[in-house]
Amino acid sequence: MNNILVANEVTKKYGNHIALNKISLEIPKNSIYGLLGPNGAGKTTLIRIINQITYPDQGTIIFDGKPLEAKHISMIGYLPEERGLYKSMKVGEQALYLAQLKGMSKSEAKAKLKYWFERLEIGDWWNRKIQELSKGMAQKIQFIVTVLHEPKLLIFDEPFSGFDPINANLIKDEILRLKENGTSIIFSTHRMESVEELCEYIALIHKSEKLLDGKLSDIKNAYKNNIYKVGLGLHSSNGILDDLKDKFQILSSEYVDNGQQLNFTVQLPSNDTGAFLTHLSGKANVNHFTETIPSANDIFIKTVQNKQPI
Amino acid sequence: MSKLGLIIKREYLAKVRNKSFVVMTFLSPILMVGMIALIVYLTKVNDNETRVIGVLNQSDYFSTDFQGTDNTSYVKFRDVDLEAAKDSIIKMGLYGLLYIPNAPNLERVAENAVFYTKDAPGSSVVTNLESVFENRLRMERLQDLGVSASDFNKLDLSFEINTTTFSGEQNLKGINEIKAFIGGGFGYLIMMFIIIYGGFVMRSVIEEKTSRIVEVIISSVKPFQLMLGKIIGTSLAGITQFVIWIISASLLLGMLVFIFGIDPSALNSGAENTPGLIGGAANFANSETTMQLYANELFKIPWAMLITFFMIYFILGYLIYSSIYAAIGAAVDNEADTQQFIFPIILPLMLAIYVGFFSVFNNPHGPIAVGFSLFPLTSPIVMLMRLPGGIGEGGVPVWELLVSIALLVVTFIGIVWLAAKIYRVGILMYGKKPSYKDIFKWLKY
Repeated sequence: MNNILVANEVTKKYGNHIALNKISLEIPKNSIYGLLGPNGAGKTTLIRIINQITYPDQGTIIFDGKPLEAKHISMIGYLPEERGLYKSMKVGEQALYLAQLKGMSKSEAKAKLKYWFERLEIGDWWNRKIQELSKGMAQKIQFIVTVLHEPKLLIFDEPFSGFDPINANLIKDEILRLKENGTSIIFSTHRMESVEELCEYIALIHKSEKLLDGKLSDIKNAYKNNIYKVGLGLHSSNGILDDLKDKFQILSSEYVDNGQQLNFTVQLPSNDTGAFLTHLSGKANVNHFTETIPSANDIFIKTVQNKQPI
Repeated sequence: MSKLGLIIKREYLAKVRNKSFVVMTFLSPILMVGMIALIVYLTKVNDNETRVIGVLNQSDYFSTDFQGTDNTSYVKFRDVDLEAAKDSIIKMGLYGLLYIPNAPNLERVAENAVFYTKDAPGSSVVTNLESVFENRLRMERLQDLGVSASDFNKLDLSFEINTTTFSGEQNLKGINEIKAFIGGGFGYLIMMFIIIYGGFVMRSVIEEKTSRIVEVIISSVKPFQLMLGKIIGTSLAGITQFVIWIISASLLLGMLVFIFGIDPSALNSGAENTPGLIGGAANFANSETTMQLYANELFKIPWAMLITFFMIYFILGYLIYSSIYAAIGAAVDNEADTQQFIFPIILPLMLAIYVGFFSVFNNPHGPIAVGFSLFPLTSPIVMLMRLPGGIGEGGVPVWELLVSIALLVVTFIGIVWLAAKIYRVGILMYGKKPSYKDIFKWLKY
């Protein structure tokens, strides 16, 4: 059993509006799975179904090999995008309350809280009220209560919003460490740079439909379109550019270093680079030759835009 | 501890530790007793004030009619003209001047009399003066008709018909009203409790929504558990507050009576002024024996039964209304948006109280009283007003009671189910003010 969570053709309707249309996903164990999509795509609905806040109209969810049921709630940790804490309740009391609701005993919760409070250097906040803390400080507490009960599956919806860069980094490291320790993580966001950094797998949801999913590196390979960046060292301006333009599809070009170097991007008909390199050899020195791999951002925008007219 | 237990505990502690709640709990009895003491004091001050009215009588009549009473005394002016009399009234700071000019006969004298005051006179003063004139005029006419004053006094009588039930028990006048008043007290208590603590439930839901903690919590517990825990926790806090109020108010009242020697019966004077019928009933109960009869009748009220049904109607009624309050809190984003939804809730409560006081008092078993004591949104209040009359013969028929409770239970299940659906969807809806149409749509999600 290598998947912590499998969704089979999950469909959810709100009145006439279809929020999720036959979404199927496989979320491997011990990985960080990016759930991507524009606002209103249906990410939150899917996450709420996994958390059993709402239920699918059709389709099933398998958690750790068994159909999802109420007892799994204590094995899932959820940091919602719309999050907050009781403002007039004390930090320690509140964390204990939320931990107990997840099924922990009071003493167990207390010990773990102590560990986490020391870890994130917030030891002396126990008796302070949330309304006395800054937003970033409250977010730290929020993170702790999400992970405290050591769930098998963690779901973070835009986890870095509300953090300054230093604390965002701290939380990112904690997320990576949790993954190292065996937790599976679903990571919902539209901030693509953190997707590149963290996710091994992604799924892209747009207008209630899943557009693509799989290993991020596989998807990137699939989205490669044989575009290469080339730098040539020239001895003299020998008309090589015109020659290349005749034979290949040159997307852009520029001379640098007083005409000593020609940089250009070329789209080759296939991923067979041999013919192209053979053509160049003897005519110029190849200073660099790299394949451009599309960023997650490019893939996101491209896929969503291609789907737009439907 | 179960999750529901945890929620109840948190809601209870959050409410009880709240500063304004603590202040209200301990300040209210002091304020209330203080108010009563103030009213008693002011009433006494008011009663003790004596008005002095000048009388300038230039006629041949009324020479002996104006006799001073407890709070009015008359000063007679002689051999001065009207202006001089007015001047001296103002200088002496008296209440007013009654000017009775001379005229050929009594009727004309009375018609031409004028009462001068600095400001518009109090109605009781005017009524007193008028009755003096009325009595004098009546005597005059009686004399014209040749009837003596003693003969006339013989005409003054009042009559009370004796009423008994078929089984021969003597009915006491006003006992129905007293009974309904006791039931009304219970009903009123339910209404106040619903409005105060239902509002607390609603605000607590709104607070969870605006602080955005609600999604964190319902990823651990079912929305219905959260709603139920909130309602129960808040009600327990409410009951705590009520108990503290009752205990401390009676202690304070006892202290007040002990220290200041205020006659507790003086407190009833306030009640007599209300449109309630206790005062009227008390007037009937002048003689010792009738008093005894009333006391017996009050002892005969089936208190155990009444309190049992009070608990049943209280719990069911309160749960119905507070789950509607919770649904409203879930539907809106801030308290300002609740107005349009609250009015329809208050309406049946107010209706129940008014129907109770105007219709059930007169006819505890009439069609309106029966109808409203069956209708589930008003029955917790109206049925309690009817119940002090007993169950069965002469009281509320057993079938009515059963139907009323059955309807209440069915409504309770239905409303809580609907409210839970609205609540479940509403707590996750941010940023827009829903219409009734939206809420209706949520029921289908």
